[in-house]
Amino acid sequence: MSQEIIRNFSIIAHIDHGKSTLADRLLEYTGALTAREMQDQFLDKMDLERERGITIKAQTVRLNYKADNGKEYILNLIDTPGHVDFTYEVSRSLAACEGGLLVVDASQGVEAQTLANVYLALDINLEVFPVLNKIDLPAAEPERVIQEIEDIIGIDAHDAVLASAKEGIGTREILEEIVKKIPPPKGNLDAPLKALLFDSWYDQYQGVIILVRIIDGTLKKGDKIQLMSTNRAYEALKVGVFAPVMREVPSLSVGEVGFIIAGIKDVADAKVGDTVTLLHRQCSQPLEGFKEVKPMVFSGLYPIDTAQYEQLRDALAKLKLNDSSFSYEPETSVALGFGFRCGFLGLLHMEIIQERLEREFSLDLITTAPTVVYRVHRTDSSMIEIESAAKMPEPQHIDYMEEPFILAHIHVPNDFVGPVLALCVEKRGVQREIKYLTPTRVMIIYELPLNEIVLDFYDRLKSISKGYASLDYEHLDFRQSDLVRMNIMINGEVVDALSLIVHKEKAYYRGRALVSKMKELISRQMFEVAIQAAIGNKVIARETVKALRKDVLAKCYGGDITRKRKLLEKQKEGKKRMKNVGNVELPQEAFLAILKVED
Amino acid sequence: MPYHFSVNLSLYIHIPFCVRKCLYCDFASSELPGVTHEEYVAAVVREMESRAKDLPEPAKTETMYIGGGTPSLLAPQLVEQLISAAQNHYHLAADAEITLEANPGTVTAESLAGYRSAGVNRLSIGVQSMDDAMLAILGRIHTAQQAREAVAIARQAGFDNIGIDLIHSLPGQTLDHWEQTLHDALALAPEHISVYGLTIEDGTPFAAMAESGEIALPAGDDSATMFEMAIALLPASSYEHYEIANFARPGRRSRHNQVYWRRGNYLGFGASAHSFLRAPGFGKRWSNTPDIGEFCRAGSSPHTGEDVEHLTKQDAMGESLFLGLRMLEGIDPEDFRNEYGESIDEAFPGVLDRHTGNGLLHKIGPRIALTGRGILLANLVFADFA
Repeated sequence: MSQEIIRNFSIIAHIDHGKSTLADRLLEYTGALTAREMQDQFLDKMDLERERGITIKAQTVRLNYKADNGKEYILNLIDTPGHVDFTYEVSRSLAACEGGLLVVDASQGVEAQTLANVYLALDINLEVFPVLNKIDLPAAEPERVIQEIEDIIGIDAHDAVLASAKEGIGTREILEEIVKKIPPPKGNLDAPLKALLFDSWYDQYQGVIILVRIIDGTLKKGDKIQLMSTNRAYEALKVGVFAPVMREVPSLSVGEVGFIIAGIKDVADAKVGDTVTLLHRQCSQPLEGFKEVKPMVFSGLYPIDTAQYEQLRDALAKLKLNDSSFSYEPETSVALGFGFRCGFLGLLHMEIIQERLEREFSLDLITTAPTVVYRVHRTDSSMIEIESAAKMPEPQHIDYMEEPFILAHIHVPNDFVGPVLALCVEKRGVQREIKYLTPTRVMIIYELPLNEIVLDFYDRLKSISKGYASLDYEHLDFRQSDLVRMNIMINGEVVDALSLIVHKEKAYYRGRALVSKMKELISRQMFEVAIQAAIGNKVIARETVKALRKDVLAKCYGGDITRKRKLLEKQKEGKKRMKNVGNVELPQEAFLAILKVED
Repeated sequence: MPYHFSVNLSLYIHIPFCVRKCLYCDFASSELPGVTHEEYVAAVVREMESRAKDLPEPAKTETMYIGGGTPSLLAPQLVEQLISAAQNHYHLAADAEITLEANPGTVTAESLAGYRSAGVNRLSIGVQSMDDAMLAILGRIHTAQQAREAVAIARQAGFDNIGIDLIHSLPGQTLDHWEQTLHDALALAPEHISVYGLTIEDGTPFAAMAESGEIALPAGDDSATMFEMAIALLPASSYEHYEIANFARPGRRSRHNQVYWRRGNYLGFGASAHSFLRAPGFGKRWSNTPDIGEFCRAGSSPHTGEDVEHLTKQDAMGESLFLGLRMLEGIDPEDFRNEYGESIDEAFPGVLDRHTGNGLLHKIGPRIALTGRGILLANLVFADFA
């Protein structure tokens, strides 16, 4: 197949600006799916993705399109995940493309979430052209939005396609623009196989399926392949494309996008960003940009009902099959019993895993406050890494501690520079650079401690910038820091699952804010509940939840006992979702109270 | 069959008419029902006739309660028709307690005398508050003075058994207001006083008003204090606190209400009325359609049978406890064992000990009952039996 007829592109859009609907229209228009076959929003397969409007796994689909110039083209739509936790995965998906459609809601304008991905695309020199969607809405303001795209992003938008995915307006124009504006893939057909692995997942019948973009050379069914980061060799048992259903093809060659099934047992062996080559005819250099993805944020997951421990273990094993970026190991808490310490890419990743466990596996869980990995240098000169406050040694055994720092890139309109800088300072940041990209668009570069980021940095950033700031970050190094363990006591007993590691200067403030938030979250119960924050033996904050005085249904409801019983059953169900610590019932949210604290 | 049908029966008649629906009310009632009182009563009487056949054996009716809505809107002869139907079809005992609910804004000396001669021997008067500002907030159609007059003319009409209802924790109500209402209510010298805390029910105007901030309820602790005030003040005037929400002069407990708490048989007639029979099995509960028009059109079979709830043994055991414990004399564990063939602790392991330990339950001789604190926190105990 000639490279000239291939176009590889992705759609970059804000959450509800119509990416999935537009993808559906493209599928429909090119005949990849008939209207009847269309399951709405084909690309987002998981319920969770559909509900939250985010894509967690990348998807691809191959479209056949006969352009106005009479030529038949192959268009590969490569969908990307969309959140700061998955920046690396997004960057690899984009690296499989030559161009991108920037879809902007014509009534809303440019939204922050879009920006990080647009910049990722521009950074690797993708051809990005704008599409104004929802042009049929009475509130559509195409001229204002075009100006905004030019001002904020700095790309030419005067000939943006005006579209309405919902009404099917502009679909053909978009397809024409893809053909005209996005360059065909480069690459050398005769060179040794070099393919970018940009996604992988586990299928219970076929094992690991990997998605690749062929950069150079050709891959045929039956070829012996090698993954360059692990040097492991496999046989390409099946190669094919998604059109949109899986279809085998005899070979994939330069510029094409497709899947390989090669008897890989574990997704951890099929790492995003890895290079696929031939075992007996290897390319000289792997592709640039490969990174080992490691969990950065850790928290404890415990079943509320201790009898669900085995179920939780099985469920974690199942999820891990498809998600190598997440890790877990058994952990025991005095307060919560048996559970697991889990590692995630970030907070959203954590929420997604927790929600899937609760929904798909019907588990009721307690998630403890997220933490990062700290390095503890002990007085005996040894060093340990800890990812939970419970593992922090006694102060007399600690020489010093280090915490991870990240380099944060924050894109923000200039109106919000002041508040963003103030936030970075509050979060113990060290300024590197402030760059005016355009007169109105600023990039703020800060070194920040990761433990501040995992608490509430992202939410705060969003709220102080009215949602316009975007954040991406990379890991920098470990730095010595004055850290202490803060314990939370409920009625005088330390609840280990609530302990956290904080910077000493912030401990007093954090402690006060945390106990007052917990006071809000813990409902009044039979006895008074004292909530204290302490460092060592020193109590730094205290709040009291007064004893409940009245909880009684007096009304008779004219003999309607069924109604009374239902109310009591509901009350009993509510209790089941509480964790008893001592004789105090703690709601699930209390264990994550630190995330809800306003600084 | 583990239990034999008990021959004691109570009847509840629901009268869904109101002059104006109160803002907190979520009972089946209507200002514009679309049927006349005569049509409605005729439909109820038809239902009473037809369902009498369904009883497994003749039952003796010990209590009858005509509630609402506003039953005191009915003409006395309509009330008489209802009582006659009970006599004709349900063996209304000569000494049966026959209660009619009355709104102070709807009664006259004539109507009360009429009810009395129709056979009503107990009045339950919806006083609710003795403070006109509070009555206006509730959307009641009467004043405190009308409540006084209603009690006075009821006495003249020969009623020697009068109960009143009071509601505390009203929007804007202070502890002083409530104390005054209690004293003013005591001055009416009723035989029986029911005390309820206001609950905001979904779908009522109050729910919307609370949502929008138009009304603000007293803080939780004030509500507890108001209830405690009633529990302290009423017994001091010789009203026995015999059930969570009910106080009575000696010998003047509501017999009808106790049937609910003791899981006695009762049949409900009229729109939305609830029924319970102890047999078959562990008992069944059901209710009529709440729609007045539908009820009248349905003729003799206003309940379709679809919503009959057959109780499991677990349901019945739980009910025996959370209903029985509402009576402050408590329950006798031996009765429970005799009825169900297992002990309370076998049925609900650890619950009695836990709540005895934390001071919500205590033993009184062989019986187990709520403590003073347990009365206010009863749901914490009851939820463990649900």
